[in-house]
Amino acid sequence: MVDFDERIPIYLQIMDLIKKKIIKGDLKGGDKLPSVRELAVELKVNPNTVQRVYQELEREGIIVIVRGTGAFVVSDEKKLKEIKESLAGERIKNFIKEMKEINLSKEDLDLLLSKYWEEVN
Amino acid sequence: MGVLEIKGLYKYYGKKCALKNVNLTGDFGEIVGLFGPNGSGKTTLLKLIVGFLRPSSGSIRVDGKDIDHNTRAIVSFLPDNNLLPSWMTIKDAFNFYKDFFPGFEEKRFKDLIDYFNLSMNRKVKELSKGEQEKVCLSLTISRKAKIYLLDEPLGGIDPASRERILTGILKNYREDSLMIISTHLISDVESIADRVIFISQGEILLNEKTEKIREEKKMSVDELFRKTF
Repeated sequence: MVDFDERIPIYLQIMDLIKKKIIKGDLKGGDKLPSVRELAVELKVNPNTVQRVYQELEREGIIVIVRGTGAFVVSDEKKLKEIKESLAGERIKNFIKEMKEINLSKEDLDLLLSKYWEEVN
Repeated sequence: MGVLEIKGLYKYYGKKCALKNVNLTGDFGEIVGLFGPNGSGKTTLLKLIVGFLRPSSGSIRVDGKDIDHNTRAIVSFLPDNNLLPSWMTIKDAFNFYKDFFPGFEEKRFKDLIDYFNLSMNRKVKELSKGEQEKVCLSLTISRKAKIYLLDEPLGGIDPASRERILTGILKNYREDSLMIISTHLISDVESIADRVIFISQGEILLNEKTEKIREEKKMSVDELFRKTF
């Protein structure tokens, strides 16, 4: 079961969850997403929340909803790259903020990034 | 127009004011969490909606009509105390509901009983408190109704069963109905509620969409509740 952070809108967290699955390749272009009801039961959230997730994902062009058939992931390499960058972007911004707080310069960071890159598996 | 419309509702028990100027609406497709401390008026409100109690003043309309003897056919109420006679088996209770409530969904009920690892021949008096709660909940949500009122469906239930009960509720929730769940354990139902109503000393202090609380106040419904009370 997914543990949601109840201080952040749940629909945003579920959107991230689905985007991550797409980036990782667990969900591929053309794949069908679970029905609203199925996903709501699985995640133990309100069905209207899942409904909103699908609407927002469709608005962002990540899925298409076919009436009476279901929601499908779009096959679009460009879109995939976009999702990846936006998911990473948010995290990187937070990371940079923290590094600036401890007075690290961009050069320091570049060095440190290279140093630790290999260590993290 | 909402399936539930409450305007200027007051309820007095003698001189004691149990509900004070309650105004509410509820729509089809909503799951509403009704939160408040013990004695805040939650049960009184639910009993008024199902027609077990009469308002002292104000109006309640269910599906566009004033409350009368027909209301109970479209409002399914789970009281917070078990009302099943102890001599009954689960099957007896099931037969009783099936005869009494048109549109009672047999399959739904049997699936729920299976899901809760119970069997139809068990006797009510041999069931644990949690098991009785599961039977009552199954009976309540297997009825075909426009409004479901669940009064403390998770009271006195262990965490593992709680999850099962919540899943049972979500699986069987109908979009063409309104569901109101009362509880003092917000954290358990805050992810499944569209909207929360905080009630204290008979007055509604807050009536807001859960996602909006998270979005605007950057806190969980539980945190907001603790801050408010």
